[in-house]
Amino acid sequence: MLNGIKVIVYGLLVLGAAMAANFGRDLAFQVHAILVASVAGYLLIKTISAIGDKPKPKETGYMDDVVRWGVIATVFWGLAGFSVGAWIAFELAFPNINFGLSYITFGRLRPVHTSAVIFAFGGNALIATSFYVVQRTTAARLFGGNLAKFVFWGYQLFIVLAATGYLMGATQSKEYAEPEWYVDIWLTIVWVAYLVVFLGTIYKRKEPHIYVANWFYLAFIVTIAMLHLVNNMAVPVSFLGSKSVQLFSGVQDAMTQWWYGHNAVGFFLTAGFLGMMYYFVPKQANRPIYSYKLSIIHFWALIFLYIWAGPHHLHYTALPDWAQTLGMVMSIILWMPSWGGMINGLMTLSGAWDKLRTDPVLRMMVVSIGFYGMSTFEGPMMAIKAVNSLSHYTDWTIGHVHSGALGWNGMITFGALYFLVPVLWKRESLYSLKMVSWHFWLATIGIVLYASSMWVTGIMEGLMWREVDAQGFLVNSFADTVSAKFPMYVVRGTGGLLYLTGAIIMAWNLWKTAIGAGQTAQATAVPAE
Amino acid sequence: MYTFLRLLADSWGMLSILLIFLGIIVWAFRPGTKELYEDISNIPFRNEEFKE
Repeated sequence: MLNGIKVIVYGLLVLGAAMAANFGRDLAFQVHAILVASVAGYLLIKTISAIGDKPKPKETGYMDDVVRWGVIATVFWGLAGFSVGAWIAFELAFPNINFGLSYITFGRLRPVHTSAVIFAFGGNALIATSFYVVQRTTAARLFGGNLAKFVFWGYQLFIVLAATGYLMGATQSKEYAEPEWYVDIWLTIVWVAYLVVFLGTIYKRKEPHIYVANWFYLAFIVTIAMLHLVNNMAVPVSFLGSKSVQLFSGVQDAMTQWWYGHNAVGFFLTAGFLGMMYYFVPKQANRPIYSYKLSIIHFWALIFLYIWAGPHHLHYTALPDWAQTLGMVMSIILWMPSWGGMINGLMTLSGAWDKLRTDPVLRMMVVSIGFYGMSTFEGPMMAIKAVNSLSHYTDWTIGHVHSGALGWNGMITFGALYFLVPVLWKRESLYSLKMVSWHFWLATIGIVLYASSMWVTGIMEGLMWREVDAQGFLVNSFADTVSAKFPMYVVRGTGGLLYLTGAIIMAWNLWKTAIGAGQTAQATAVPAE
Repeated sequence: MYTFLRLLADSWGMLSILLIFLGIIVWAFRPGTKELYEDISNIPFRNEEFKE
């Protein structure tokens, strides 16, 4: 019966998508319709060939398959996103390397890079670790059976639709919210399923209390749903085309966009990853979190304060002055909870600092918390109007974002991956700790090169833009700043290459660990699936 | 509608959010929670293996 319904639904999907491909009004929409038709066709064949099979025995225990898939996807998308990032960094220094192809111009590859690292690498890391952490801290199997698998595969489809769309020019031109209307609708469906799995697991928990990491993950899931829905209110020009028109316009649209944009940083890249910190740092250090009380205050302060900081992206624009000042003040207030969280993470090691000498994974996590502290200090400072008048629109902003993203998000994810792979594939230890050390130093030096070159070029650029001569005329043209920035762009690209090299070493190390190479003790092997 | 919501947000809305926030902080510091928090903060070290 159920299989019958599935066959009908998949069959209709294949037909509908094929028709959409035929009547589609632009290339991106047609390619996406063919992609959807192929996925539905694959599911159709899979369902038909499974008809008459005996029902599979009910699985019990923690659902770790989907976490393993998530770990693999995280590493894969990480390598993809870092490579594109390094490439476009060199495109800025040497514009000729787009070879005149529209598909790989900076303008199209840039959203591919940002979406790949934030949503594909970061998003998969968050989904995988949240599924792992919520099971281990509630002592319950994931809720909803195959729904978790739907979340994983549905999210991968979202990534592929988004990234291929950018290359073909399908974008609604909202930073970090570029995917067009039908991709947004698909993500909404996947995200609701994610929320159901997560909440359902918490609901059937066997631990009476909900551990703080789950609070952060939950805040991340709920807030991203809210931000996504409000910022993507758009009317499609045609149901058979990818173009849509935003519901808001003018300064309202700008404010909605940066309310979204800044809280994507706050709840995707901060709250979600803090969930990781609150579980994996205590696990790796083998000590409970420094202060649980502080973690409660950290959580609620972040929830109440973060949501107001968005206007600092719109200083000296048409946005009313009171809103700009509100954004600035709330950004500065945010410094407190951020540093409270940093102290909580770092002090977890009190009495165990010696572990930093022997455990490169823990070292990675500690450096990531350090970068969390540094970028949450730099951010509020840049939100001050006087500082912003120098830093806005310059490369300083890019440097700030990357010290947060590469330092905090990247490093804590690497730490979590190094912790997870031996556990998930039932190995005694990692294949090589020495390779972790190499990864650590390559990544750290890469970030230092990146951030410092962007400070230099950003401040230089800001000063050049505002320089006036004795008669009050501007001294420099825009092109003057571009040519002056060249050496720093090369340094930045080099930093990116170092970071990418570290990640490749990690991928190799994790692969060797998963297949069981170099294991001293014979651990029980499980198929990598 | 906008005027009403704006008025509410500037006065009672803002005050209630502030009070809820301060209330939570006071609540976190309520006495007699030391053992409770110690128990919760050790959750990651239990349940490594699944128990029926």
